[in-house]
Amino acid sequence: MDQRIRCFLTAVACLLAAGASAQTLRIGLAEDPDVLDPTLARSFVGRIVFASLCDKLFDIDDKLNIVPQLASGYEWSADNKALTIKLRQGVTFHDGEKMDAAAVKYSLERHKTMAGSNRRGELAPLASVDVVDPATVRLNLSAPFSPLLAQLADRAGMIVSPKAAEAAGDKFGAKPVCAGPFRFVERVAQDRIVLERYANYWDKDAVHFDRVVFLPIPDPTVRLANLRSGQLDFVERLAASDVPQVKSDARFKLTKITEIGYQGITINVGKSDLAQKNPLGRDPRVREALELALDRDGIVQVAMDGEADPGNQWVAPSNAFYAKSSPIPRRNVERAKALLKEAGVANPSFTLMTATTGDAQRIAQVVQAMAREAGFDVKIQSTEFATSLDMADKGQFEAYVLAWSGRADPDGNIFSFDACKQPLNYAGYCKPEVDDLLKRSRTTLDLAERRKLYADIAAIVLKDRPIVYLYHRHWLWAYTGKLDGVQAIPDGLVRVKGARFK
Amino acid sequence: MGTYLIRRIAQIVPTLLFVSILIFGLQQLLPGDPAKVLAGEEQDPAVIAHLRETMHLDEPFPVRYLYWLRGVLHGDLGESLRMQQPVRALIADKLPVTIELACIAIVIALAIGIPAGVISAVRRGTGWDYGANVVALWGLSTPNFWLGIMLILLFSVTLGWLPASGYVSPREDWRANLAAMIMPAFVLGNAIAAVLMRHTRSAMLQVLSSDYVRTARAKGVKERDVVLKHALRNALIPIITLGALEFGTLLSGAVLTEQVFTIPGFGKLIVDAVFNRDYAVVQGVVLFTATAYILLNLIADVAYAIVNPRIRVH
Amino acid sequence: MDTAVAVDAAGASGNAGAPQVVASRAVVRRLLRRPAATAGVVVVAMFVAMAIFAPWIAPYDPIATSFSTVRKAPSALHWFGTDEIGRDVLSRIVFGARASLLAGVVSVLISLAVGVPVGLLAGYAGGKTDVLISRITDAMLACPFLILAIALAAFLGPSLTNAMIAIGISATPVFIRLTRGTTLAVKAEDYVLAARAIGNGPLRIAVRHVLPNIVAPLLVQATLAIAAAVIAEASLSFLGLGQQPPQPSWGSMLNVAKNYIDNAPWMAIWPGLSIFLLVLSFNLVGDGLRDALDPRHL
Repeated sequence: MDQRIRCFLTAVACLLAAGASAQTLRIGLAEDPDVLDPTLARSFVGRIVFASLCDKLFDIDDKLNIVPQLASGYEWSADNKALTIKLRQGVTFHDGEKMDAAAVKYSLERHKTMAGSNRRGELAPLASVDVVDPATVRLNLSAPFSPLLAQLADRAGMIVSPKAAEAAGDKFGAKPVCAGPFRFVERVAQDRIVLERYANYWDKDAVHFDRVVFLPIPDPTVRLANLRSGQLDFVERLAASDVPQVKSDARFKLTKITEIGYQGITINVGKSDLAQKNPLGRDPRVREALELALDRDGIVQVAMDGEADPGNQWVAPSNAFYAKSSPIPRRNVERAKALLKEAGVANPSFTLMTATTGDAQRIAQVVQAMAREAGFDVKIQSTEFATSLDMADKGQFEAYVLAWSGRADPDGNIFSFDACKQPLNYAGYCKPEVDDLLKRSRTTLDLAERRKLYADIAAIVLKDRPIVYLYHRHWLWAYTGKLDGVQAIPDGLVRVKGARFK
Repeated sequence: MGTYLIRRIAQIVPTLLFVSILIFGLQQLLPGDPAKVLAGEEQDPAVIAHLRETMHLDEPFPVRYLYWLRGVLHGDLGESLRMQQPVRALIADKLPVTIELACIAIVIALAIGIPAGVISAVRRGTGWDYGANVVALWGLSTPNFWLGIMLILLFSVTLGWLPASGYVSPREDWRANLAAMIMPAFVLGNAIAAVLMRHTRSAMLQVLSSDYVRTARAKGVKERDVVLKHALRNALIPIITLGALEFGTLLSGAVLTEQVFTIPGFGKLIVDAVFNRDYAVVQGVVLFTATAYILLNLIADVAYAIVNPRIRVH
Repeated sequence: MDTAVAVDAAGASGNAGAPQVVASRAVVRRLLRRPAATAGVVVVAMFVAMAIFAPWIAPYDPIATSFSTVRKAPSALHWFGTDEIGRDVLSRIVFGARASLLAGVVSVLISLAVGVPVGLLAGYAGGKTDVLISRITDAMLACPFLILAIALAAFLGPSLTNAMIAIGISATPVFIRLTRGTTLAVKAEDYVLAARAIGNGPLRIAVRHVLPNIVAPLLVQATLAIAAAVIAEASLSFLGLGQQPPQPSWGSMLNVAKNYIDNAPWMAIWPGLSIFLLVLSFNLVGDGLRDALDPRHL
């Protein structure tokens, strides 16, 4: 009894002492994150937790510019094969250890060499890391690599405490120790992830919460219901159809920003022999007819309730790397019919594989209806996610409704998909001149030159159409009106730093 | 009696073995490569190869089964690759939650089902009977996920009386815990209530027309006492033993209810594991539930056999 | 699935199996005397008619999309409103009856087709066959029904047919148990022993003596199983494993509707109500049948 009373009184005392700053931010996530180890992590939603837990060398701003975070500055060598990074001073990890060049070297090497690491591909050209002095590292590359800074602004740039990582090995994800504004407290699988303020954070004045709790609630209706009943302060990925509701409710605010990813239809043009058997995969004119039969504005309206930007490239029209020389084509059913006639197939039939999620289903049905007007007979095949991955990888599909969450650097949205034999190249597209252009776009650091190269790539790839890009969704965040300072960044990650309750 | 018991216990082991082979086999037959599912967005071939090795995916079925079986016999149910946690720990975490949900659901079911069944039997053929029937049947006839969403809309969003989802441990705050559990337990309990009502009704009907009760009536015992003291007490035993068998129904119901109300219990764990091809979790959880179910079955059968020595067939 | 009901039904239908001749006309009369059961029969008949005559009843094509009428509330043009891509909900409900009824009936037919012969075999053959079948049945029953159905449906691929197969297989053990139990009880009766003595083969005995005995409890269990199968299909659709678009099924309509509960509640109300009515009716008929077939009245 005595013990319990003492504990209770201490708790009360603590609460009183903490006073007005005992504040918790409760965020509703659309999925349960996978393992919380930056080296092994594989999901989009995990990055939202990392945004509060693990600082990275760089970050991006809302215009997709690289800004320093754990780094304070950088410089490329003359031949662009070495990147020297100056590190911020006075940064410590959650366990108190100093963040220095040795820690950065350790982390980068961990990302490159640990068994099962998902960052190896991102850091492929990284040959070695040198510690120049405790506040400076040099990354030596085997060839110039322009997407490198963007990679270091994501999980590949997250620095972990060498002491904790060494001790935990591959179990590091159970109790991650990083250098972010919040430290790990506990995680109950599929229920919650709890983080608390890290007292010695290098930018602690920008942190206005004591606790952040992430609650995975997959059903968007239930997620919003939780916000409305007051159990959550913030929900990410609000359903497009719920936007009017939130807008008309004075208690809540809505933030939206166009994503860096895209939604599109991937067509099997060479992944397996199914490509040759079907006119869609075999003849580019049929693919052109399909694109011309689609009204992107209509698709956006019906499938996403208007909450997306129509697009025809791997980056959004508002992106700096969008090729203005290849604008979005308007719907033209007559021309589509003429093309089909030219190709000798008046009523081509193909199977459109789609996941069982809501928006993929709606897209498939709308595409089916629109394409029918040009003469296409589209059969919809709903496939469970796990099965569809396998089938896509084996090329057992004709067309596939597939989205990509997007990367800050345009290379991340096209290389893996259009370069020969890359893991995400489900279309099976392979053209040596495109490969060459892609390789050049990754090795030159000159912005103007890169833009020109992407325009050249667009000219070819948009004619071949291994992927028919449809639109770029809006990230939709709904949160309590008491929350201020929420920054929307196109990567869709919730950044708690800078936000505060009024 | 003793031989009966021993025989029944001896039957458990081969049954469990069959369960494990059934679920193991089914999983291996599922199309889709679990390594690809777990490999995430980037689908890095090196990561996929590493996962295939860790999960022994390239070895033949019997070998994989034996690996797993050996682990089970040592108390190791494997590890969830998606969450990097031992299955045993996941079960220990989630089990109390689903058990609590199930218990409250059973209480609600008993509170609705037994009175409805008694009234139905006593006032057989009248409007009471009809009414009680419909009330209890309502639970069986409504898809529980739909009922759940409707309830959330009414009690959480419109009235704001109850939380929409989630779970608070009773040790942390028992009031919040109850508030979070009451809707899902009601949704679950509804279906069971119908079954209980029917059992109660038919058991009561049987007892009420028995010689024992006729004698009591002839002796002038008040009708109310006949029903409550004599008939119900006798009818209760088969009701309760049959109720134990509803454990399986409860778990099936829990699967969807936990999805809708986002309760971190067994049901949600297993559905997510099937969709993510997280084999170890599915196998471990199903084995565990099957064992529990079989044990409950055994207890129910033994209790029934004690009561009615004629039913010792086999 | 409802094992307890099965056991109970077996018990209620005749004190460990004394032969009962089921006078069908008397049964039907008794069934219809209960208002609840009559209502059930009427509603089921209504839904069946709706399913059969769907093309003549439905005002619109159930898969015709219309981008200008997305999520419109019920009106004179669309009595039940429209859905997320502009289709008429009433038409989809009418055609959806086909999928739900099919799912219910075919699943149970599969369970019967597999369960009854296997149960007969187990009960009659006895010995090692019986033990093997019983253990496998126990194993299947020990797995939560929905999990088994989900795993099977995932294995077969999401579609209405596969959902029916998955539900049918998952529900089979109940019928195996039921048939086996009655077979065991009947097997020991004098007249069966006599029949065997004069050399009647097992198949003849099964058909002439065992089957008539289990018709009653099987009918009851099957009716209730249809109700549960309809809900099971809705559940599988909720998880994305049932009838696939654009074909309508009440379960998959509910799956989509749950995302629009606030701004288009009619999308969820009508399919939910339809499932509820159909299932309730089957349950009422099943109950009524059980009472009507209760040998105490005979």
